[in-house]
Amino acid sequence: MKSMYKNAVMALVLFAGLTLVSCNQGGSNNGGALKSSAAEKVFVAPGEYDSHYAFISGGFSGQLSVYGLPSGRLFKVIPVFSVDAEKAYGFNEETRDMLKTSHGYIPWGDSHHPDISQTNGVVDGRWVFINENNTPRIARVSLETYETAEIIEIPNSAGNHSSSFVTENTEYVVAGTRFSVPIPQRDISIKDYKGNFKAALSFIKVDPESGNMDLDFQVLMPGFDYDLSHPGRGKSHGWFFFSTYNTEEAHTLLEVNASQNDKDFIAAVNWKKAQEYIKQGKFKTMPAKYVHNVYSDETHSTISTTKKSVRVLDASKLPGLVYLMPTPKSPHGCDVDPSGEYIVGSGKLSASMTVHSFSKMLKAIENKEFDGEAYGIPILKFESTLAGTVEQPGLGPLHTEFDGKGNAYTTFFISSEVVKWKLGTWEVVDRKPTYYSVGHLMIPGGNSRKPFGKYLVAMNKITKDRYLPTGPEVTQSAQLYDISGEKMELLLDFPTVGEPHYAAGAPAEVVKGFSKKFFKLEENKHPYATKSEDDVRVVRDGKNVHVYMTAIRSHFAPDNIEGIKVGDRVYFHVTNLEQDYDVPHGISMIGANTSELLIMPGQTETFVWEPKQVGVWPFYCTDFCSALHQEMQGYVRVSPRNSNVKLSWSLDDE
Amino acid sequence: MKKSKILMITGSLLLLTLFALPLWNITLEAPQYPDPLGLDIHIDKLADGNNPNDVRNIDLLNHYIGMDRLPEDMLEFKIFPIVVLVMAILGVLAGLSGKPRLYLTWVIIMAILGVAGIYDFYSWLYHYGHNLNPHAILKFVDKNGNPMAYDPPVFGTKQLLNFTVHSYPASGAYTMMVGIVMAIWAFVTGKKEG
Repeated sequence: MKSMYKNAVMALVLFAGLTLVSCNQGGSNNGGALKSSAAEKVFVAPGEYDSHYAFISGGFSGQLSVYGLPSGRLFKVIPVFSVDAEKAYGFNEETRDMLKTSHGYIPWGDSHHPDISQTNGVVDGRWVFINENNTPRIARVSLETYETAEIIEIPNSAGNHSSSFVTENTEYVVAGTRFSVPIPQRDISIKDYKGNFKAALSFIKVDPESGNMDLDFQVLMPGFDYDLSHPGRGKSHGWFFFSTYNTEEAHTLLEVNASQNDKDFIAAVNWKKAQEYIKQGKFKTMPAKYVHNVYSDETHSTISTTKKSVRVLDASKLPGLVYLMPTPKSPHGCDVDPSGEYIVGSGKLSASMTVHSFSKMLKAIENKEFDGEAYGIPILKFESTLAGTVEQPGLGPLHTEFDGKGNAYTTFFISSEVVKWKLGTWEVVDRKPTYYSVGHLMIPGGNSRKPFGKYLVAMNKITKDRYLPTGPEVTQSAQLYDISGEKMELLLDFPTVGEPHYAAGAPAEVVKGFSKKFFKLEENKHPYATKSEDDVRVVRDGKNVHVYMTAIRSHFAPDNIEGIKVGDRVYFHVTNLEQDYDVPHGISMIGANTSELLIMPGQTETFVWEPKQVGVWPFYCTDFCSALHQEMQGYVRVSPRNSNVKLSWSLDDE
Repeated sequence: MKKSKILMITGSLLLLTLFALPLWNITLEAPQYPDPLGLDIHIDKLADGNNPNDVRNIDLLNHYIGMDRLPEDMLEFKIFPIVVLVMAILGVLAGLSGKPRLYLTWVIIMAILGVAGIYDFYSWLYHYGHNLNPHAILKFVDKNGNPMAYDPPVFGTKQLLNFTVHSYPASGAYTMMVGIVMAIWAFVTGKKEG
C-alpha cells in the first residue's frame, strides 16, 4: 500500500513536470487564425454589453468582484467581508456593524464560494450568497444594489468552507465546517481530538421575499473535515452532499496523517428528514453566541443582533438523517449533475474519479447495504452507490461543473488542466491546459438544473509568467473557454481580484433587470437624513456635534460651519439630494481618521471627525460629480476648547 | 340622434382628455443622458416627461446657466383648465342644438384659442431662455458676442449647448386635434343633413 502511494507521488511529480513543458509550448503556439477567431469571440464593442455576468470570489481579499463575460472586464468589487475605504464599507457609521461578530469587529475575511439564488432549480439573479472561511459567516449580496445586504455568523463552526450553496428554491443556504472543534467550545487537550471534536453542518433558512437569513438548525457530525458540498436537485432535491477528509481524525501533520485512509466519505444529509425531526422536537437547543447583521436600504443603516442559541440535530442518534458514501482518497469537490442523479467525488489524491448514483444510494439505503457505521451513522457499501469511475482523467481532480448536455468538466490542480468527460459512459473526450494550477471552474448556472453551457471560466491559483511581472506577488487569474463545440477552446486570460475560489454566473438578462438606479429620497428613513436644503442644521449635544448636511451639484449645504471646538466629536450626516442615475457625491475632511464617504443619490451616510487642532479646515467632494466639482468644497472653523464662538452654519452667507 | 350631433358632442368631449394627457413635450438629449430628459406640459402643470424626477433634473442643469426654476404655479395653469372645460361644455351644447353654424363658430373659437395658446407658450419659452441670472455659473455668448439664449423651439428640434432639444405636440394635443376635426366633420355632415 505504502509503495503504491510512493509510486503515485512519483507519477504526479513526473506528470506535473511534463505538463509544464507542454504548457509552455502550447502558450507559444497560440497564434495565427485561431487567435483572431478567439479575439472576435471575446470582443465586446465599445458601448455594447457582455452576454453574461460572473460573480467571482475575491478569496483572501474578502470581497466579491463582478465581471462581464466574454470580455473579462471588471465592473465592480463589492466589499463583503473586508473593509473598503473607497466605498466607506466598514468605516462609516452605517456599515461598521456589518463586520461585527461574536469576536468583535473584524476588518477582514476570506471569501470563498459565491452562489446565486434559485427558483425551481434555475438561477434567478436576485442575490449572491458567499461564505467567509476564517471567522465563519455567510453573506447575502443584493443584486439590486450590488451591496452586502446581510451577514450571519455561524456558531460551532471553524473554517467555513463547505459553504455557501443554495437548495433549488433557495429554501436554505448551507454552510459546513472544514475544521472540527469541541462543541460547545471548551478547554481540552488537542490530543483528545478523536471522539471529542465535532462538526456542525448549518442550514440557514432564506425568506423567499426579503432574502433574510435565519439559522434554522445544525446537524451535528463526527469530527471529520467537511470540504465542499452541493445540493441535490430534481429527484435528489431534499438531500445535501458533503465531501469529507481527515476521517482519520488526525489533529497534527494532516498532510500525512489525514491521507492514510483509502476512502473517506461523501455524507448525504436528508434535510427534509431533518425538518421532520425539528417538527417532532427531536432537536437539542444548545447555547451559542453568534451575530446577525442586516443592512436596510431604507434606513441605509445596519441592525446588528446577537443570538444566544441554536437548534442541533445529532446525526449519530437520529436514524435516516445522514448516510456516508465511501469515496476514495480525500475527496475535495462534491458536485451534483443537473439531473440530480450523479454525485461526483473528486478524490484529490486518487488516480480516478468516483461518481455516485443517487437512485442506487436510495436502493442501498432501502436494502440496508451497509458496511459498518461511523459514530452511529451508517456507511453504505462502496459498490452499492457507485455509478461509475472516470479512469485516469488527470492528476489532482478538484471541481466539476456541467454543461447541461451530458458533459462534465473537471479541473485538475496538479496536471493543470480542464478535462471534459461524458456522464454515463465516463469517457474522457477532451482536455485543455490551464495556466497554471487551476482550482475552481464555473459554467454559468453550473450549480443548478439548467446550466448555460456556452462558457467555462477556470480559476487559477498561480500565474507565474502569464502576465507582465509585478514583483514577487503576481496576479491570480481566470481563463475563459468556449465549450459550445465538441472541443474546448481557450479564448481569454484575465486577472482577478484576490485568489478566485469559485464563481457564479448567469446570462445578463436574468440579472441586469434587478439593478437599481438610485434610492428614492422620499423613502429615506435614515434617522439623520436631511431631505431638503431648508432643513440643514448643526446641533450640539455636549461634545458631540451633529451636522445635518446635504450634497447636490455642485455644493454642500451648509458649506461654512463655525463654533466647533478642539475635542469635539463631529458627525457629518450627509444626504445626497440627487435623484438621477449615476450621480454619487463623495466627501472627505482633512484629518478625519476614517475613509471618505461615497454617497449614492437619495442615500445618507455618516463619518466622524475629531478635530485636534485649532484652525480653519476644508472638506470637499471626492467624486467628480459635475463641471463644478472642483468648487464643491467648504470650511469648518475649529476654536479652542474654552472659546465662546457661537455654533453657526451657512451657505452663501445665508 | 343625427350623425352630426354625435360627432360634435364626441369631438368636444375629447377636449376633456387634456385633464389627463400632456399637451406638449420637450425632450433633451445628450451623450451623458442615454435616457433623455423630458418635460411634459399639461394644461395645469409641468410633469416629468420620460422618467421620474425629470423636472427636478432639468432644473438642476438649468441652474448652471442661470435659468429660473420651472414654475409649479402659473396663471396659465389656472386659466387653461377653465377654458378647456368651458369649451367642452359649449361644444356639447352646440352639439345638442344641432345647428351646424354653431359647430363652425366653436371650431373658429378653438382655432383662435389655439393660436393664442401657442403664442403664450412661445413667450413663456422666450422668457425662460433669455431671462438669465447675471451671476450664472456658465455664461456663453453667440457668434455676435451677445449672451447666449436658451429658449427651446416652439416646434421642432434645436441644439442648445450639449443638448439636442425636441419640442413637439404630445398625446393631449393629438386628441384635441381629432376633436376639432370631428367638429369640422360634424359641420360638413350637418350641412348635408340640413
